[in-house]
Amino acid sequence: MSLLDVDGLTVEFPTRRGVLRALDRVSFSIAPGEVLGVVGESGAGKSLTGAAIIGLLEPPGRIAAGQIRLEGGRIDNLSPDRMRRVRGKQVGAIFQDPLTTLNPLYSVGRQLTETMQAHLPLSGPEARRRAVRWLEDVGIPAAAQRIDAYPHEFSGGMRQRVVIALALCAEPRLVIADEPTTALDVSIQAQVIALLKRLTRERGLSVMLVTHDMGVIAEAADRIAVMYAGRVIEIGAVADVVRNPSHPYTVGLMGSIPSLDVRVERLRQIDGAMPRLNAIPPGCPFNPRCPQVFDRCQVERPDLMPARQTEAACWLFDPAPAHG
Amino acid sequence: MPFASWLSKAATILICKSQDHPPARSNPLAPPPARSNPPPGPHPHAAWIEDQLLAFIVSRILQAIPVVLVVGLIAYAMFAFVGDPVTIMLGTDYTEAQRVALVKQLGLDQPFFVQYAKFMWAALHGEFGISYRLARPVTDLLAERMPATLELAATASVFALLVGVPMGVYTGIHRTAASRLFMVFSLVGVSLPTFLIGILLILVFSVWLQVLPSFGRGDVVRFSHWSTGFLTVGGLKALVLPAVTLGLFQMTLIMRLVRSEMLEALRSDYVKFARARGLGPRAINFGHALRNTLVPVVTIAGLQIGGIVAFSIVTETVFQWPGMGLLFVQSVQVADVPVMAAYLVMISVLFVGINLVVDLLYYAVDPRLRVAR
Repeated sequence: MSLLDVDGLTVEFPTRRGVLRALDRVSFSIAPGEVLGVVGESGAGKSLTGAAIIGLLEPPGRIAAGQIRLEGGRIDNLSPDRMRRVRGKQVGAIFQDPLTTLNPLYSVGRQLTETMQAHLPLSGPEARRRAVRWLEDVGIPAAAQRIDAYPHEFSGGMRQRVVIALALCAEPRLVIADEPTTALDVSIQAQVIALLKRLTRERGLSVMLVTHDMGVIAEAADRIAVMYAGRVIEIGAVADVVRNPSHPYTVGLMGSIPSLDVRVERLRQIDGAMPRLNAIPPGCPFNPRCPQVFDRCQVERPDLMPARQTEAACWLFDPAPAHG
Repeated sequence: MPFASWLSKAATILICKSQDHPPARSNPLAPPPARSNPPPGPHPHAAWIEDQLLAFIVSRILQAIPVVLVVGLIAYAMFAFVGDPVTIMLGTDYTEAQRVALVKQLGLDQPFFVQYAKFMWAALHGEFGISYRLARPVTDLLAERMPATLELAATASVFALLVGVPMGVYTGIHRTAASRLFMVFSLVGVSLPTFLIGILLILVFSVWLQVLPSFGRGDVVRFSHWSTGFLTVGGLKALVLPAVTLGLFQMTLIMRLVRSEMLEALRSDYVKFARARGLGPRAINFGHALRNTLVPVVTIAGLQIGGIVAFSIVTETVFQWPGMGLLFVQSVQVADVPVMAAYLVMISVLFVGINLVVDLLYYAVDPRLRVAR
């Protein structure tokens, strides 16, 4: 049984000019111990999916339809207080910029103990002992001395390690990592990804890894979900999606990644831009940019369907093509 | 209100003692230890916070000296033009010999800078000369009036902080009808002038409702050098209207400032992350958001408390409050230069002192300021 089930998740933002549908029937699941990479352009809805799962959609955004189930129980309709106890305790979150996600006025130890004590019945000294252990675990040198240091006394990479410790310290089963390496130097990125991989493997954690960095995904993820205009348009095992993508958008996305093996004059790119939320075309949202577009794509919306090794939301793979 | 706890924190930092001073540098040519990376230890910064703070306080006091001198000079120069104290003191019927004698007695025949230097030199010894109007030492006059002003200013400040900060927090967190009501009310407080608020309060509470006195300090209890209105019902009742009048502007200003800072802090990444960690609303609103608003709030609140003492002139006049502000206004009318100059020098010392306290509070609030200065 999967740990997390997102089923037909639809998120809408009511505005003065009408309702914007930012996520449209997003469905995927994450198995225990699995790392699901979520990729897509900016504005595709990756971070919003994460925010919806942890119940932190910015108002006026709201879940208009669909369900989110964690270990079989729905978490999309909990009261604010019960949802608060899910956050941190069952679902941890890692944010993009470690320079701004830590409160500058509190020592890292205090932020760790505060988080643990919000969820676990720990005495002060016990929470502090565990905080030191967590700092050691995420690779902070001289953790026992550094526990009383403030965030500004750590480098960016070290701060992201502290953020990871904070996300994991109440022992959640699932972690949502929203661009955890984007703000870091390339050399630090690899270290942080290696740390994340080790911790999740050791603890059997599931991870939803949101990023637009294909290198990070290829390194860390088991499966990939590709998002476009608020929908999941392809999902499958990493190797399959990277090497044999099915959806024309994914094909274009993979083709636009520079390769060291093949010399090319120009990088390939996908013509056009992702549609704005208030101007998503009917049918398949990718149809204006798709090189293989045909009539049906402009009329009928495709859902995920088996396509070669992966699942893709594309009529090219419809086993029973509509005739007309 | 955590104001008291800020103060105590600043005090703790001031006096915090630590055993692990950084090792003395034996080689004078060795590069100085990196300031941003102090040696690890249980309290790696304590020793240097202490040294830094001491140096900081001393430098602040040294900086204050020219400030006070210049304020004294400006005050003294200005008051040379407010009127001729001699003619006022002599009345309408006097001889030229009497006038010359008085001018000589007051030292007004000497050059301006000599007068000023004499005044400042005496002021350094706590002597502010003799009031022309009341013919008594200015020091005594101010000492008599000071308790009234300080009690009024303290009550007004406590009122401004105790009401302004919670209201700012409330309106920052909640978008309710009450919240909008507070905002409208605060607009009134910011825009109405002090004397008008005072007169309106007198009209409502003293004339119509007849529950609070309209002037004076009520019953006061005297100690050797201090008279207090805090200990009697009459004294406390008399304090209500002037304190509200004096503190209302500051209260609404603090409220609006806290509100806008809260709104900003609540949007910040660290508050989002605190939410994502499942912390409770109390910890997020007060522990994480409010605390991050304190640096600007402390700055403004400090200046405002100085302003409260200075602005008490208007309030004291409206309520006939027997404080230093009223004394100042009465002295202006008869060009009583020693009293006016002494008052202004005192206010400047007060502002300098408050700013020092504000700077120390920064240290207590924000750890980033404790290193690498």
